[in-house]
This record gives sequence, structure tokens and C-alpha cells, in this order.
Amino acid sequence: MNKTVNQKAWFLVLPVLILVGFSAVIPLMTVVNYSVQDTFGNNVFFWAGLDWFRDMLESERMWNALGRQLVFSGIILAIEVPLGIFVALNMPKKGFWASFCLVLMSLPLLIPWNVVGTIWQIFGRVDIGLLGYVLAKLGVNYNYTQNVIDAWATVIVMDVWHWTSLVALLAYAGLQSIPDAYYQAAKIDQASRWKVFRFIELPKMAGVLMIAILLRFMDSFMIYTEPFVVTGGGPGNATTFLSIDLVKMALGQFDLGPAAAFSLMYFLVILLISWVFYTVMTNLDKRDGV
Amino acid sequence: MAWMAWTIPTAIFFGSIAALLVIFTVLAIRFPETPRTGVLGIETTRGDRLFITLLGSAFINLAWLGLVDAAQPWAMLVCLVYAAAVFRWV
Repeated sequence: MNKTVNQKAWFLVLPVLILVGFSAVIPLMTVVNYSVQDTFGNNVFFWAGLDWFRDMLESERMWNALGRQLVFSGIILAIEVPLGIFVALNMPKKGFWASFCLVLMSLPLLIPWNVVGTIWQIFGRVDIGLLGYVLAKLGVNYNYTQNVIDAWATVIVMDVWHWTSLVALLAYAGLQSIPDAYYQAAKIDQASRWKVFRFIELPKMAGVLMIAILLRFMDSFMIYTEPFVVTGGGPGNATTFLSIDLVKMALGQFDLGPAAAFSLMYFLVILLISWVFYTVMTNLDKRDGV
Repeated sequence: MAWMAWTIPTAIFFGSIAALLVIFTVLAIRFPETPRTGVLGIETTRGDRLFITLLGSAFINLAWLGLVDAAQPWAMLVCLVYAAAVFRWV
């Protein structure tokens, strides 16, 4: 049978292309243009070549922000992934309580980032916040605006509170897809709880866990709103992550050139991770035959 | 277009990327291909290999700028070798 080849459906993609063109491609091109020039305002630019890139590569400030960013992402992954799996393993499998838990777990995911920041900003305050007040009463010298460790702890606990549900829900979905036969076989073999987890549940969850890890890594790598609202990047620069530093440089100091060079390098890292993310996901799908 | 602060080098930069995209689109239409699995263990088409080349080249240029004292155009030579390797083996 001869099929007529008709590519007209591509025109349906056109609105998206135009939207992405105006919202992403053209601004990105402008950033590239800024990154090789210097300006003192009034839309007057001077050629600077690759100087801003060289400056940024030698800038201790950028490397420190990148270091803090990686430590932050590493810590939250190390907490959220095992905790999410643990929660998923202990959630009821069916019935009213299963639905109840699912709704409860989704709640933090529905709250806008700046609201999460505000909640924790108030929650941690020593004078009116429940957490800060209780800690102060217990004799703990807790102050996230002055103490570096306290600020980090607050930002990390906030992220864990906000996003562990996502890992848990994904892991739960992975667990639900395991047929009962596997558990019955394990029972016949008298497999221990650990062995059931290690040889049945973990391999079956590998796909969704990969998605969870990559999603959480990407999101935490681009985090801005929550730490900005809670600590403002402080005390000092202690919680100034990449996005916060970038905004400070571009909008606070109006150093468009260096900020453009900085953001392009940041963009390249994100692009690399996104590509790895996309490649791993599509290859997982192919392996599973989806 | 003045607000975009165009310069001739950046225009050439984007022009070459656009030209590459057009060339590869034409190639894909004129000479359709089946994806192949290379050293990375992933299936790639010509377009994927172009993307890997461009992204890798950006990192090569940055590494050259930060680590090597020689003039920047020499980095492009490394990129060409890298591109050839990607198109041959990935």
C-alpha cells in the first residue's frame, strides 16, 4: 500500500517554536552578545572579546558558588533519595490510607517556591516562628540569619521537606508496578526483607529512581527562590548558590558582561546535564521496550 | 535589533550554527539514515552527533581559555579533531 507522505503536521509545532524563539532563543542570543562586550548603560557597548570568560574562569567567587551548589545538591540527594524510598516502602499499598498518604505527600509539591521560602523564613524565626522558638526554649542557639551551619541546615531541611515527596511518589509508582508473583516467589524461597528489597524492589525501581535523581539534581542545581527568600544568600555568602550569585551580579551590580559570561557557562553545565538526563531516559525506555 | 547588541563575531558564530543546522536538515531529508550505537553505548543519528560535537566544543573552548596559554583559534583545531572523532566513533 502506498502511503502519502504528508509533513503538514509540522506546522502545528510552529506556535511553540515562535514562543520558544521569543522567550528563550532571542534572549539567549542577546546574552551571548553581552558576554563579549562591556557597557556603561544607554545601550552603548564596547568590544571586550573573551575577557569576561577569562575573568569568570579565574573568579574565586564563581568557583565558590559552584562548589556550594554541588555540596548542596549532593547533600539533598543523599538525604531525599534514601528517605523517599523509605517512605514509599512504608506507605500502604491500597485502600483509603493509600489515597490519603498520596494526597498528603503531594501537598508540599503544590506550594509555590516563594511561599515555601516564606513559610520556613517565619517557621525558623526565634521570636515568632514555631521551630526557632522551640529550639530557643530547648536551649539551642539557633539563628539562621547569623550562623552559617544553621542557615545551611534550614535551607537543606526546607528542600527535604519540599521535595522528598516527589522521590517518594515516584518510588511508590515503581513499587506498585511490581507484580505480586515476584513477592510470592521470594516468599517460597524464604528471602529476607533485605533480599526482597535488594533483588526485587530496587531493580524494579531503578528506572523511576533515575528520573527522580536527575530531576532533583537539576532542580536543586537551579535553585533560587527558596534560599533567596529564607537567607538571601547569607550570612555573608554562605548560602549564595549559582542562581543567587548570578542575579546579584547581573541585576544588583549591573555587570552585564561578566554575568552574561557566567550565565553562559552555567547554561552549558545545565545543557550537559539535561542531555545526559534525556539520553538516559530515552535509553531506559528503549531497554524496557516502552 | 540594536537592543540585542549584535557584533560581527557573534553574528558569524550564530550564522555558522544556523548554517550547520540547515546543512544537517537537508542531509537528513536527502539521505535518511538509521541510528547507530557507538562507543557511548547510545543510539545516535547525525543530528545527535552534531549536538555532542557542539556541546563538547563549547567545553573544549572554555578549558582552552582557562588552562592553555596559547591563542584561542588553536582550540578550534582541537574541536575539529574532536568533531571528527565524534562523527567516526560515537
